[in-house]
Amino acid sequence: MLYRENGQFKTSYRADQQIFPIRQDRVVIVAFLALAFVVIPGLASEYMLRAILVPFLILSLAAIGLNILVGYCGQISLGTGAFMAIGAYAAYNFNVRIEGMPLLLSLVMGGVCSTAVGVLFGIPSLRIKGLYLAVATLAAQFFTDWAFLRIKWFTNDSSSGSVNVSGLQILGWHIDTPADKYLFCLGLVCVCALMAKNLVRGHIGREWMAMRDMDVAAAVIGIRPVYAKLSAFAVSSFFVGIAGALWGFVHLGSWEPAAFSIDRSFQLLFMVIIGGLGSIMGSFFGAAFIIVLPIVLDNLPYWFGIPVDTALASHLTNMVFGALIVFFLVVEPHGLARLWSTAKEKLRLWPFPH
Amino acid sequence: MLKFKPLASAALLVASGLAALATAPAAFAQAKEQFFPVLVYRTGAYAPNGVPFANGYVDYLKLVNAKGGINGVKISFEECETGYATDKGVECYERLKGKGATVFQPLSTGITFALTEKAPIDKIPLITAGYGRSESADGGVFKWNFPLAGTYWVAADVLVQNIGQKEGGLDKLKGKKIALVYHDSPYGKEPIPLLTERSKQLGFELQLLPVTAPGVEQKSTWLQVRQNKPDYVLLWGWGVMNSTALKEAQATGYPREKMYGVWWSGAEPDVKDVGEGAKGYNALAMQHGAGRSKVHTEVLKLVHEKGQGTGPAEEVGTVLYTRGLMSAMLGVEGVKRAQERYGKGKVMTGEQVRWGLENLALDQAKLDALGFAGVMRPISTSCADHMGANWARVHTWSGKAWQFSSDWIEADAQILKPMVKAAADKYAAEKKLTRRTPEDCQS
Repeated sequence: MLYRENGQFKTSYRADQQIFPIRQDRVVIVAFLALAFVVIPGLASEYMLRAILVPFLILSLAAIGLNILVGYCGQISLGTGAFMAIGAYAAYNFNVRIEGMPLLLSLVMGGVCSTAVGVLFGIPSLRIKGLYLAVATLAAQFFTDWAFLRIKWFTNDSSSGSVNVSGLQILGWHIDTPADKYLFCLGLVCVCALMAKNLVRGHIGREWMAMRDMDVAAAVIGIRPVYAKLSAFAVSSFFVGIAGALWGFVHLGSWEPAAFSIDRSFQLLFMVIIGGLGSIMGSFFGAAFIIVLPIVLDNLPYWFGIPVDTALASHLTNMVFGALIVFFLVVEPHGLARLWSTAKEKLRLWPFPH
Repeated sequence: MLKFKPLASAALLVASGLAALATAPAAFAQAKEQFFPVLVYRTGAYAPNGVPFANGYVDYLKLVNAKGGINGVKISFEECETGYATDKGVECYERLKGKGATVFQPLSTGITFALTEKAPIDKIPLITAGYGRSESADGGVFKWNFPLAGTYWVAADVLVQNIGQKEGGLDKLKGKKIALVYHDSPYGKEPIPLLTERSKQLGFELQLLPVTAPGVEQKSTWLQVRQNKPDYVLLWGWGVMNSTALKEAQATGYPREKMYGVWWSGAEPDVKDVGEGAKGYNALAMQHGAGRSKVHTEVLKLVHEKGQGTGPAEEVGTVLYTRGLMSAMLGVEGVKRAQERYGKGKVMTGEQVRWGLENLALDQAKLDALGFAGVMRPISTSCADHMGANWARVHTWSGKAWQFSSDWIEADAQILKPMVKAAADKYAAEKKLTRRTPEDCQS
């Protein structure tokens, strides 16, 4: 009843090929963006902005990057934390060593450096698949762990190995308050998500999906495996590198290599799996699930007024979180994004049963 | 076939959780209570050491309340689990700062580094008693950081001096080999600049042996120790890394008498499991050691006997428990000192407490009155010196208990002062800060 396309006729190819062809979708998206850009910065508390929304945005960008690699191109990667670290440290070095380096340019250069390393560690994917590739990317994770701890040049010869960035500003707009940081991240994530969505809708994305589904058949019909796989690694590492730079610059402010450890890689992989492989929307759902839910679970005892020992609360959070992951994967193995599209399908028929 | 019902109930649960989150009660400071946020780690690889510290901290706050509060102002507190992770520590900080937080003590050098950026903006002081950045002792640059009672450079210097005393004089260290087995994190790397400086000055060879966090894998490190045969090993570990190091030392046959740990590597959880195998292991005692004083008796009487004890009563008097007591005491004394200037019996803001911490004058009489006789030496801070005291002792594990094996040793200010100033200046240059003016110091 509400979600019908009746009367919406497209009169140009451009209109037919848009990301949101149904008017209701467009209306909702515009309303949602208005909410995100205008309402939330005004109304949300500082805690909500700083501790929930900003990490959610940054990690959903990283999840988009990983989804491109794992979900669209089918190359399992356990080295996402490494690429985030490379993006963060590269952006830091550009920022600190070059006087007057614009913030956006250092972030992009962080992404570019991450791309270069991502392509390097993607070369094994031309020979090995699946679990073995996962192990090869794990090597990337440990290698960068080692590199940023041992090679002093990367941390600007800091004796403690910890680096920090402050005084972010773009063309005179100082990014100090939580609302500023939130808007900055939101803007970047929207731009990058749009880029990613258009890439996966285009011929490159179709090449990736072909490689994922059956790489031999794809090679037979003329898709070059080298190009497809390495471009997937490149694009994925670019987004992940920018996310890493944002994580260090905007969210943490001061970080050490442990901030991008293997736990981060696993966390991102879980986000992508639970959110939905091969779906940009799924990256956002997965990031929301993995970031927001533990905080909600941590705070739940306090809201219900039950005094719980913090250790017990932490353990309970882990248990409930794990149980929910299992539950969602049993109910819908294709992730939350599939649940969402199924819901939309049912909404097309509603209130009729068929 | 998609099952709708369990799906709907799950969606409802998450939605209600998110709705509750969105309408979380706006944090308001209790007008009549001084709120102390307590960042703890009771889970994770560092929990064995984090738990007694947290219990001591909370017990002292309860003790102050039992005795009537800070000049009548009651203390309220809330624990937040950080798991020693920087991002969780930052999240706890954000969650608790809105409630009128008096002072933060993260007990983690990693979290300290992150909060050092945020605390000046939010105007909440940071006490990092015995940890944190060594250069934050310079209050001229680090206005909001207070590494009270000692920093890692003080620790390393006292250890070198103690080893020198054992050898019969600092000049006898020339040509010796000292290895540093350290936790590969900002915490573990802290003493390296001072040790390098001392090795240049005294002529001993310094070997750096990093151990990947959390430190359960040390076989290769101790094989290296066995090959190199250093004369002394300094241990800079935390959590499970400490007991693992001692077990590995026992396995490779390195004499524990030649091992010296920093004050975070010298507590009961580190040696209890190893027991007799750790006999002879020396560690630094930052001001206090194990053993009870008047404050412990009071805690047992006024808190534990009333059933309010945070942990088991046997824990009272252990090294880390006492350190928790001490850290909480320093926070409370900062508030008390602030009240002397800004109004006795009133709730203090972060800025006022900062002033209080910068003007601490805890002489021995005051400390004895608080119940810390024999546990601590006088601490007095100033604008230039946020550390307040640079004395420490060494205690040795006898197989059953920690016993003091040295006198009070003062870290050499001649070496430390220029290093601290240089590092603080470097930080100021990086962050484009200017050193505080004398007028600002007086305010």
